[in-house]
Amino acid sequence: MQLTLWTYEGPPHVGAMRIATSMEGVHYVLHAPQGDTYADLLFTMIERRKKRPPVTYTTFQARDLGSDTAGLLMKSVRDAYERFKPRTMLVGESCTAELIQDQPGSLAMGMGLPIPVVPLELPSYSKKENWGASETFYYLVRTLLKKQADNRPTAGESAESAKARPLANMLGPSAMGFRTRDNVEEIRRLLHAIGVEVNVVAPDGASPEDIARIPQADFNICLYPEVAKTTCSWLERTFKQPFTSIVPIGVGATRDFLAEVGEIIGEQINAVMVEEDCSRLPWYSRSVDSNYLTGKRVFIFGDATHALAASRIASEEFGFSVVGLGTYSREFARQVRAQAQQLSLDALITDDYLEVEKAIAEAEPELVLGTQMERHIAKRLGLPCAVISAPFHVQDVPAQYSPMMGYEGANVIFDTWVHPLMMGLEEHLLGMFRDDFEFHDDAVPSHLGGSSAGSEPEQPTASPALAVAGEAGSDPVAWAKEAEQELRKIPFFVRGKARRNTEQYAQDFGLDTITLETLYDAKAHFNR
Amino acid sequence: MNKPVQVQSVDSGCSDDLILRERGQREVFCGLTGIVWLHRKLQDAFFLVVGSRTCAHLVQSAAGVMIFAEPRFATAVLQDRDLAGMADCNEELDRIVNELLARRPDISTLFLVGSCPSEVIKLDLANAAQRLSVAHHGRVRILNYSGSGIETTFTQGEDNCLKALVPELPEQSATVKSLLVVGTLADVVEDQFMRLFSEMGIESVHFLPPRRATELPAVGDGTRLLLAQPFLGETARSLLARGATLLEAPYPFGVEGTLGWLQAAATAFEVSAQRFETVTAMPAARAERALVHYRELLGGKRISFLPDSQLEIPLARFLQRECGMHAVEVGTPYLDRRMLVAELDLLGGHERLSEGQDVENQLDRLRNDRPDLTVCGLGLANPLEAEGLATKWSIELVFTPVHGFEQAADLAELFARPFTRRERLRFRSCS
Ligand code: SF4
Ligand code: SF4
Repeated sequence: MQLTLWTYEGPPHVGAMRIATSMEGVHYVLHAPQGDTYADLLFTMIERRKKRPPVTYTTFQARDLGSDTAGLLMKSVRDAYERFKPRTMLVGESCTAELIQDQPGSLAMGMGLPIPVVPLELPSYSKKENWGASETFYYLVRTLLKKQADNRPTAGESAESAKARPLANMLGPSAMGFRTRDNVEEIRRLLHAIGVEVNVVAPDGASPEDIARIPQADFNICLYPEVAKTTCSWLERTFKQPFTSIVPIGVGATRDFLAEVGEIIGEQINAVMVEEDCSRLPWYSRSVDSNYLTGKRVFIFGDATHALAASRIASEEFGFSVVGLGTYSREFARQVRAQAQQLSLDALITDDYLEVEKAIAEAEPELVLGTQMERHIAKRLGLPCAVISAPFHVQDVPAQYSPMMGYEGANVIFDTWVHPLMMGLEEHLLGMFRDDFEFHDDAVPSHLGGSSAGSEPEQPTASPALAVAGEAGSDPVAWAKEAEQELRKIPFFVRGKARRNTEQYAQDFGLDTITLETLYDAKAHFNR
Repeated sequence: MNKPVQVQSVDSGCSDDLILRERGQREVFCGLTGIVWLHRKLQDAFFLVVGSRTCAHLVQSAAGVMIFAEPRFATAVLQDRDLAGMADCNEELDRIVNELLARRPDISTLFLVGSCPSEVIKLDLANAAQRLSVAHHGRVRILNYSGSGIETTFTQGEDNCLKALVPELPEQSATVKSLLVVGTLADVVEDQFMRLFSEMGIESVHFLPPRRATELPAVGDGTRLLLAQPFLGETARSLLARGATLLEAPYPFGVEGTLGWLQAAATAFEVSAQRFETVTAMPAARAERALVHYRELLGGKRISFLPDSQLEIPLARFLQRECGMHAVEVGTPYLDRRMLVAELDLLGGHERLSEGQDVENQLDRLRNDRPDLTVCGLGLANPLEAEGLATKWSIELVFTPVHGFEQAADLAELFARPFTRRERLRFRSCS
């Protein structure tokens, strides 16, 4: 058993739901109890989808267990087929049904439905959501391409003569993926600019017929390895379709991605030219205003794809210092470990929320880039935070065009990462001028909406150590009044560091109160 | 099983009572959901679900963004090793509980909450709770109940949780007469009721659940039960078994419901009619005044309830009788007549009452009925809105203070908001 407070990923059948919900003409019959229908809200509430996920739940109850749950499953399959007339059906089970071993996949296969049925066996007690999505996508593609695979053709062959421009499939974008809608659009534009046409995007928006056209493309773009890598590897083996290894998030990665595409299609692509036209990030990062970004301590946690991308962008494109890097995607732990090593860090590979919280508190970052969980953590520690990866909440599905990928994605990233820092800045400015007549203690930072923070002036925003000290059981060092006042006179952008250093100094020298003297002793000590 | 739609007459002897009984796909949360509001009420309790990643994901999805701090609920997620017999589930559970209690010294009561997986593998949580209670004797009380989806829907989790508390209630001496209000109420609402009861002269009033799990009320022959929620049948039955007497009343939604509910207590405690009138007249009149505005907004509008929170019948009664709405279909996950006698009497009888669910059939009927407002679960709300059907999420009804006089207008407002919004918004969506 594993104690879990919050989970980064749902169970694997939720991954399968993501594939079904992404597609047209596909229906998923899930052998599961009624409570499992909660998963619909992920799609309809968080993503504001207008359609229910195409999922029929058998919702068996305790009284069914003794009798005929298998019969119930078959009835659900038949009813779902009659009602929804899908052109492909996925049949699987959730954690509870796995225990009663009705074998829903084989049962459905034996029913003689006139459509392809993909049986899904996704072990709920060892695997998780992204793995479930990946396996589902893979089995679906394999099933629908079985005949073609048996004939062993090679990529692009069928349409070779008629085709003028290289054709690519974009694989991986799915429901409940981070910014799927806009990423697809952005990469489509980018490919168009370099003369590559998109053949099929899948699973997002694809029908079973679209899947059947996958082999017509020259190569595959693996846009989200967590979902599509297994499928891309199989397509490479089976149809000799090469696939891209770089996910175009950030200016550098986008440039490398274009170079990789160029290599695959055998053309030189002038990425630099495209980039000058398209991304403002490099100039924004070089403008004088961004001096204050340099060396900011940032902690990164998310799925592997987004954590890897963020750490590269943070260090190479913002000039931040990455003080923590981790992922909950164990399947891609190796890559994240390698990257962490380059940054002289130990990667945090975990899906334990408490462990992440502890690591963040210890790293004392000035900015947290993470999932909605890290947003919660950052809020508690009083740190600015931007969400860069699933899992996310409804506010991370913006109405406006907000890709993460490509050059426009880099612009969006610049804004979304700098924004919380600026907000923090505004808060600090208020603190800094607190004694000026225009700023009284009740003045509230405008983004806090006027109601809340008035009663808690000057939170120790830059002092996560203090915020968790109580939990760790060690007594925080007390600040004498005049030392605290002196600290406030120190410019806000170094105040957090000054506080940390002074407390560290006091602890090292066994002082239990920080006086004015301690403050300056510490300053001198750390100046050496 | 899973029979097609059928109309049956119930064996209550009333020929006009036609209920649509359905068994098909249900679109309702399981009883684990109750943890979301129970842990906020019971401030020193911890809820440990023994289940799967799905269970953890459900509770977290239902809780949404509401909680920032380290929550007082968690899931002991079963792993392959537990199921394959490589690890002993009981030992694992003990380890996790010990870990948890070491981490949270503020916890006085721990609920082990059963799930579908724990029940299917027949993990005996009652036994585990006993064993752990001995181990942690004097420090933490350890109880268990089922919130599983194969046994419970949505609000039944609260029923099971409170039922688990009943054996823990101290024995009340036979000579004492007291009132016990059962069902989670917001603290503010509890205080309002407390004031009303005390003005009526009913002095010994207790609430279950209490704010702290260490402050359990006593129960005995002199206990009069007043249910604040209609889904607490099992808890009520357990309390009756301990000598309590159930006061039959409508539920305290709206002015009429609240008056009837308070009246039941007043009668049981021999409060004079005059005193009752003095105490209730002002707040009732105030609530009436506040409702006038909403009656204008809601009057004549048609409403359907999909089966979800078990509050459907009392709410339909309130909306029909006090807000002038017409209920088209009132669905309820299950119909516990004993708990709803007073409500069913007031309901009107023109609405289509349905029990259980077959969601696709239900949606067919809904599209056919096209009510002005549909009360449904979170998964269905946006798709129905996209079809042009205004909705109200039922989960809000259990998270928001809606009981009593002072909240009557707030309750109406929840149903009026979708109409106000529609009136204000000028454009339809273009895609
Ligand atoms: S229905 Fe069962 S398996 Fe699903 S979340 Fe509820 S208790 Fe867990
Ligand atoms: S509610 Fe009315 S009609 Fe229905 S059973 Fe009771 S008395 Fe009969």
